[in-house]
Amino acid sequence: MTDVQLQDRQQWMGILARANETALAQLVGSLGDLPEHDLLRGPESGLVMVRGRAGGAGNAFNLGEMTVTRCTVRTGDGTLGHAYVSGRRPEHAERAALADALLQQETHHTQIMERVIDPLTQQEAARREANRAESDATRVDFFTLVRGEDE
Amino acid sequence: MYVAVKGGEKAIDTAHDLLAKERRGNPDIPEIATAQIAEQLTLAVDRVMSEGSLYDRGLAALAIKQARGDLIEAIFLIRAYRTTMPRFGYSEPVETSRMTIRRRISATYKDLPGGQILGPTFDYTHRLLDFNLETEGPAQPEIGSSVSRPADAHMPRVLDLLGKEGLMEPPDGASAARDNGDGKVGDLTREPVSFPADRDVRLQNLARGDEGFLLALGYSTQRGYGRNHPFAGEVRMGEVRVEFVPEELGFAIEISEITLTECEMVTQFKGSKDVPPQFTRGYGLAFGHCERKTMSMALVDRALRADELGEERQAPAQDEEFVLSHSDNIQATGFVEHLKLPHYVDFQSELELLRKMRAEIAKAHVEAAE
Repeated sequence: MTDVQLQDRQQWMGILARANETALAQLVGSLGDLPEHDLLRGPESGLVMVRGRAGGAGNAFNLGEMTVTRCTVRTGDGTLGHAYVSGRRPEHAERAALADALLQQETHHTQIMERVIDPLTQQEAARREANRAESDATRVDFFTLVRGEDE
Repeated sequence: MYVAVKGGEKAIDTAHDLLAKERRGNPDIPEIATAQIAEQLTLAVDRVMSEGSLYDRGLAALAIKQARGDLIEAIFLIRAYRTTMPRFGYSEPVETSRMTIRRRISATYKDLPGGQILGPTFDYTHRLLDFNLETEGPAQPEIGSSVSRPADAHMPRVLDLLGKEGLMEPPDGASAARDNGDGKVGDLTREPVSFPADRDVRLQNLARGDEGFLLALGYSTQRGYGRNHPFAGEVRMGEVRVEFVPEELGFAIEISEITLTECEMVTQFKGSKDVPPQFTRGYGLAFGHCERKTMSMALVDRALRADELGEERQAPAQDEEFVLSHSDNIQATGFVEHLKLPHYVDFQSELELLRKMRAEIAKAHVEAAE
């Protein structure tokens, strides 16, 4: 895999993992018949220990765990698709792993990008923008008043 | 000592049935759904996630419902659940500097790059009961987007601003000696804590520690028991991405976005022959939106750095063994609450001992009188 391909894959795997479960199900469902695939592993749930850094930038420490569901699928031509998604979401993990496999195949790449990844990317951007606008409306400018005793 | 008892199965089963009945309350009132807890009691969910040390909103909501709102019981349920799950590995350290900010305030600078974002806060409310919530509650307010200035994409850390001027010690302290050098990160869920503990283990312990315990200790430092004159340099809350490197892939992928609260305290100076005086720091980080917890954690983290900063350890908050051994509310409640389990044999022996002592004293009195 070239660096560009790797970055692309990291990008779509992130989008698939963060996607709203219902949205991913609808988008994948709208694709019609998808190639057969075998489940090589899972979907299975487990834990990932999340790490932070002292002072935000110092030495790492273990903050606490999160639930994660992972899945590995193999499509007919032998392509492996992987997914790690938060929570206990076996169906989401399997759909994300299948999408990951298909995105690696020339025959399916464009279709999945246009009909799954692009809409999910837009949804995520819209969600972020809405949150940002709400938070932004609470931006505050404090004024310091000169106290009598300071004069 | 607790000695196993037998029997009572039927009574125990019935007691648990009664518990379920009490949990449900008046059946004429609609049952609460876990989704309602997850969406509307969000700060209770955050506390259970952070002290249960497991990020999963759905599980935390279920635990709160099952525990009838007893948050320590809910945390207990979560801790028990996590022991049934396999561990896939450790994430890359989260980059809180790249947090999608929903709240960010500083008590040290009025104007700072990126601005102050109040976000959803209880601060500046009047703490008056809102009787509108007793009925249907007001319609969800529309948040006006009449903002003249869009938020800055990048919000630099307040403590970095001081650091650039050399006025703030580095994140790991000026000595930066606390890393044991092998890059290993201590994990108290795998190895018991030993003393003296490194800061990584202390922070892990505090991150899952009881909010009330840490609040009281943090407060004690403000009242003079280990004083270090803190300022809330920055409190930020928002979403960060979690990256994980699966062994089978060998590269990092983002698996989720989680909500975190981070607090960086600016505390009193420290210098040496080689380093002119600098501010020192305390750090707090936890799951969800939990400012009281992270602020307290930062105060206690700073207090526990006493040895490293050459301060005399006099106060409880500076006593590492005391703090780390008593911060976990599940350990604490386990030991306190086990006292109500049958201790019949143990108590019998004490009772006999006491009777014997009294009899001996009585006998001695009689002999003395004769």
